[in-house]
Amino acid sequence: MVQLTLPKNSRITTGKTWPKPEGASNVRKFQIYRWNPDDGQNPRVDTYFVDMDTCGPMVLDALIKIKNEIDPTLTFRRSCREGICGSCAMNIDGINTLACIYGMDEIKGDVKIYPLPHMPVVKDLIPDLTHFYAQHASIMPWLETKTNRPAKEWKQSIEDRKKLDGLYECVMCASCSTSCPSYWWNGDRYLGPAALLHAYRWIIDSRDEATGERLDELEDPFKLYRCHTIMNCAKTCPKGLNPAKAIAEIKKMMVDRAV
Amino acid sequence: MRYLTDRKRAQGMGAGGSGTQGHWRMMVRSMIMVVLVPLFLIALGKGIGGSYQEVLAYFSRPIPVIIVALALIVGLIQLMHEAQEAIEDYVHGVAEKLTIVATQAFCYTLIAASLLALIKLAL
Repeated sequence: MVQLTLPKNSRITTGKTWPKPEGASNVRKFQIYRWNPDDGQNPRVDTYFVDMDTCGPMVLDALIKIKNEIDPTLTFRRSCREGICGSCAMNIDGINTLACIYGMDEIKGDVKIYPLPHMPVVKDLIPDLTHFYAQHASIMPWLETKTNRPAKEWKQSIEDRKKLDGLYECVMCASCSTSCPSYWWNGDRYLGPAALLHAYRWIIDSRDEATGERLDELEDPFKLYRCHTIMNCAKTCPKGLNPAKAIAEIKKMMVDRAV
Repeated sequence: MRYLTDRKRAQGMGAGGSGTQGHWRMMVRSMIMVVLVPLFLIALGKGIGGSYQEVLAYFSRPIPVIIVALALIVGLIQLMHEAQEAIEDYVHGVAEKLTIVATQAFCYTLIAASLLALIKLAL
């Protein structure tokens, strides 16, 4: 059953307010979700003040500055700092996005940062993506062939290669899936926009020879058809991709096959 | 606590093997409703405001009765399936199954009652 209120031990309390940097004139306020599984306390929102004159322009720059200079216990994932690895996905100013490519000039007022919604939290801004990755693995994200391997390479026309544009760029940051209400309520059975976008990427690949098996695996009222075209996925994708369109294309292929 | 691998948990019991037919029928009914709903409103609107005898005479003609009957049947079946989608989204477990059964029984009863009323008007 859908839970409309948080359990008592998940309710967010007001946390610590850290002192403002001395002598700074251009200060910005950050409100950041904190939760430590080891201290037995409820989650809280800590307040930090960052000197913007000595900080980079992206939200991740501020987070790294806070960790380095104010509070080393603040925990978050990050790696590439250029929107390629998908590690630093979090909810910033109410939008799921990548902290490394989200500029602070895009945010009005205080900067509010939470972990990706509706996922179990490991610590602070780190969500548990185990199930999300297992769902991705379940769609067989690799080239499946039955024909003997060619001597040189699997050939693909320029037109067929173009069909993969807008699909292969996905970095699996989970921003889309965690913005999808259908995934919130039925994430155990619905594959979610990210896995389905990847499924379509392999279904539409002209070199793949398992199209039928892939479609069979998606022939399910929950795995695929729980998508109600809410479009949050397309709106939030930090890479500008459109998972909803990919899902619609799979549905069209399903209908073409069955009707 | 069950000791399942992440992959096993993600795959569950596998694909149900259905969904496309339901999706296709929902789309077809939606397209039919685009035509039927305006016709239904026109047919119903023409009958409103007359005396009891005039309404009886109006609904004894085949076209208004067929339009209203079709709109009620297609509309209520669509409502039933849309309600089922919503129930599957928000209610889980045994409560989900029971709610779906109750909703379907309610919708079929509404269809039967509507058709009976129409037949009584038409005959």
